[in-house]
Amino acid sequence: MAIAASVHQAGSFETRISNDRATLTLLLTGHLDANTTGRLWREAQHIFEQSKPIRVVIDASEVSYCDGAGVAFIVKLQQYQARTGGDVTIHGLQEEFRRLLGIYGQISIDPPPGRRREPLSVVEQVGHAALGVWQDVQTLLIFVGELTVTLLRAARHPRLVRWSDAWLTAERVGVDAFPIITLIGFLLGLILAFQSAIPMRRFGAEIFVANLVGVSMLREMGPLITAIILAGRSGSAFAAELGTMKVREEIDALTTMGLEPVRFLVVPRVLAAVTMTPFLAVFANLFGLIGGAVVMRSLGFPLVSYVNQIVSAVTVGDLLGGLFKSLVYGIVVAGIGCLRGLQTTTGASAVGQSTTSAVVSGIVLIAIVDGVFAVVFYALGL
Amino acid sequence: MQRVTAAYQGSVVIDDISFEVYRGEVFVILGGSGSGKSTLLKHMIGLYQPMGGRILIQDEDIVTAEGERRTTILKSIGVTYQMGALFGSMTLLENVRLPLEEYTDLPPDAMNLIARMKLKLVGLEAFMNYLPSEISGGMQKRAAIARAMVLDPQILFLDEPSAGLDPITSAELDQLILGLARNLAITFVVVTHELPSIYAIADRVIMLDTRVKKIVATGRPQELRDHSTDPWVRQFFNREVSVL
Repeated sequence: MAIAASVHQAGSFETRISNDRATLTLLLTGHLDANTTGRLWREAQHIFEQSKPIRVVIDASEVSYCDGAGVAFIVKLQQYQARTGGDVTIHGLQEEFRRLLGIYGQISIDPPPGRRREPLSVVEQVGHAALGVWQDVQTLLIFVGELTVTLLRAARHPRLVRWSDAWLTAERVGVDAFPIITLIGFLLGLILAFQSAIPMRRFGAEIFVANLVGVSMLREMGPLITAIILAGRSGSAFAAELGTMKVREEIDALTTMGLEPVRFLVVPRVLAAVTMTPFLAVFANLFGLIGGAVVMRSLGFPLVSYVNQIVSAVTVGDLLGGLFKSLVYGIVVAGIGCLRGLQTTTGASAVGQSTTSAVVSGIVLIAIVDGVFAVVFYALGL
Repeated sequence: MQRVTAAYQGSVVIDDISFEVYRGEVFVILGGSGSGKSTLLKHMIGLYQPMGGRILIQDEDIVTAEGERRTTILKSIGVTYQMGALFGSMTLLENVRLPLEEYTDLPPDAMNLIARMKLKLVGLEAFMNYLPSEISGGMQKRAAIARAMVLDPQILFLDEPSAGLDPITSAELDQLILGLARNLAITFVVVTHELPSIYAIADRVIMLDTRVKKIVATGRPQELRDHSTDPWVRQFFNREVSVL
């Protein structure tokens, strides 16, 4: 028999109600399956609610096919009558369909109780959230301590570091990120210059656009945008890699082999990120300045004036301060990415949650660290 | 299957094989690790395209069928995978109800009733509001069978249903398969290499051999164990090792 589903007669029914309106006779015909019974459910429900019969007689002698969905339709009629205190009699149902009714018809009228938990009050929700943050801070501190100790140990014994992994990660974090970093840096310099040129023109101070672009890129924007791109690109990748390893029990395997996951997996990634982030920040700075130069040239300033203005405006301290910040951002992004990966639980959505958490936590921590740097630099007069 | 040649990741694993599965039987595909059992199953359900040959499901070629014809074939089969493949964010009821939501115009209470009936059939109605992560591996496999059965398919394909289960749970699953086959007249195509399951459920088996990439034996498992002249087939059924 071919599957051609369209040749059979779709299920339908006719109804007859007795003179005293107590007995409803349902003449079922045709093919009763999931494709054809949808309409019957709605019509039958309407008729039952209108007529409220005491007795229902189902004449199923014209039913040519009946599967689980067809049986469910009959069971639903039985349940409706059971709820309203009526009864149902079935005539003429073929033996094979009657057997199906015997198998599926044992279902109880009411489904098992749901497992919905009582909703938490606002106070409880705040308490849960605060506890979560506190536990996260504790975990972060423990991880920072473990990472620091492992890094110090690696500094004394460099052979403990898996340098091949570190090089490979450095290539992914650094070289592969080069195009996006330079593009964003260039556009940032361009936008900064354009946005500042408009108000400065009113005061005839367009040349100071070079000061603004130079100082803001080198001290703040270059390292910051590098760190944010790093969080989105590499922090998420670290979390996804380590999260997948956690789900596949590879991290448990490392632990049971006596290999510390932090030394084996985290240290190479942190070293790679720490090494590459300042380089990326340098390129973000450089291309930001080039973006500014494009705007200044379009405003009619010669390139040499723009360069001289930048050289007079920025100091080596600005550059080094920015690069130091980017180095710290590298540690933060790589560390939090790895931590979120190691914290991955089970289930299909766990790796996705870890990845999202790595990016969000990374950006939040970058903002906090940046704020701390701003205060410290101000206090030190840098 | 008519003269089917199939490849996995570029390498031919099945070379020009043909066989038939009869209505209502429990048909088991056997073979050692890497013999192409699961690859063959994935060709049979239309996930992979064979390099050659025809795969007919009730006279319709699943390889060439497209659009509505392909959907009709896919609705006539149910598949369960090695790991159950239940959707982790949905409860068991929602998992089982999903094909009804996609393929039918049944009202929500009808879908719920049908899904509950299928879950009751596999003994999981009481767990219908649980997430897959909250139940055991054996229960997940049973829930996957309920989902595969929700559109009342004529053929169920099961990929390693007993893998990773303890002997008792595995035996319960075998009983469920047998019960469904006998009571609902569903045809089962099962990939497994669990000997107790094979003896318990199989009406007929075919055996794939990695070395020749062909079917080396066909028949009832007890017959193959006792009467096969192929040394590898006897070795398989008697769990003998060739090298220590």
